[in-house]
Amino acid sequence: MKVRDLLIDDSFRLTVEGNLDAEITGCYCGDLLSWVMSHIKPHQVWCTVLSHVNIVAVASLTQVSSIIICEDAPLEEATLNKAKQESINIIATSLTSAEVARRILNG
Amino acid sequence: MTVSFEFAVYHEDYHNAGVASSEIKKYLTQIGLDPQLIRRIVICSYEAEMNVVIHSYGGKMVLLIDDNEIRLEIADKGPGIPNIELAMQEGYSTAPLSARERGFGAGMGLPNMKKNADVFEIASSPQGTVVKLAWVII
Ligand SMILES: Nc1ncnc2c1ncn2[C@@H]1O[C@H](COP(=O)(O)OP(=O)(O)OP(=O)(O)O)[C@@H](O)[C@H]1O
Ligand SMILES: [Mg+2]
Repeated sequence: MKVRDLLIDDSFRLTVEGNLDAEITGCYCGDLLSWVMSHIKPHQVWCTVLSHVNIVAVASLTQVSSIIICEDAPLEEATLNKAKQESINIIATSLTSAEVARRILNG
Repeated sequence: MTVSFEFAVYHEDYHNAGVASSEIKKYLTQIGLDPQLIRRIVICSYEAEMNVVIHSYGGKMVLLIDDNEIRLEIADKGPGIPNIELAMQEGYSTAPLSARERGFGAGMGLPNMKKNADVFEIASSPQGTVVKLAWVII
């Protein structure tokens, strides 16, 4: 699945566009950065309720193309700007990370 | 030949936090290092960089690359770690609320560094903490 395929589901709102042709190989849900940093795999999407600017560096360092901000967690302007710079997709949703994971894993 | 880079890291500068690690990653990718090795180095570099931002008065990171080894040395200006054995335990953290709100403070940074470096050394006094990491290039 590519990121653009995920966006067909209108629960997902594309907030910052990076690379929509990036392949999605799975997903990782986590809100503690040290765990995400050492356990997320390249090309997984990251589901989180964190929304401050540091999530962009974590995604970019771990080769994650897309961050899904779950449960309508409020996004900071600095995060959006940084994501634009780094070409990371930011996708907002009201869904929980568990529900996002279910939809991604079911294809 | 040894190549070296130096990066300054500032206390509570969350906005630029991660920039040094991004530069390190960019450079290691350019020289064609094995992606698995880059991943391990970057995990350590980010954890070390964030520890300086969160827990210290500021410091610097130095990356040294030669033909068969990559070294990363992170030194800060204090206040130091009173009990290193305790700090090394998974889950131990004194991160302030401002860091925890951002998702830091799992108490996994130092254990992650130890796990992902071939050589891990840490020394600390009230004047500062020095973390020395190294990886062998095969
Ligand atoms: N450079 C440093 N200067 C002073 N204290 C430090 C430094 N690095 C680590 N510490 C101390 O060691 C503890 C454990 O560090 P560690 O990186 O393992 O976890 P953390 O930074 O608290 O959380 P995490 O890294 O999971 O976000 C810190 O909470 C802090 O008390
Ligand atoms: Mg840490």
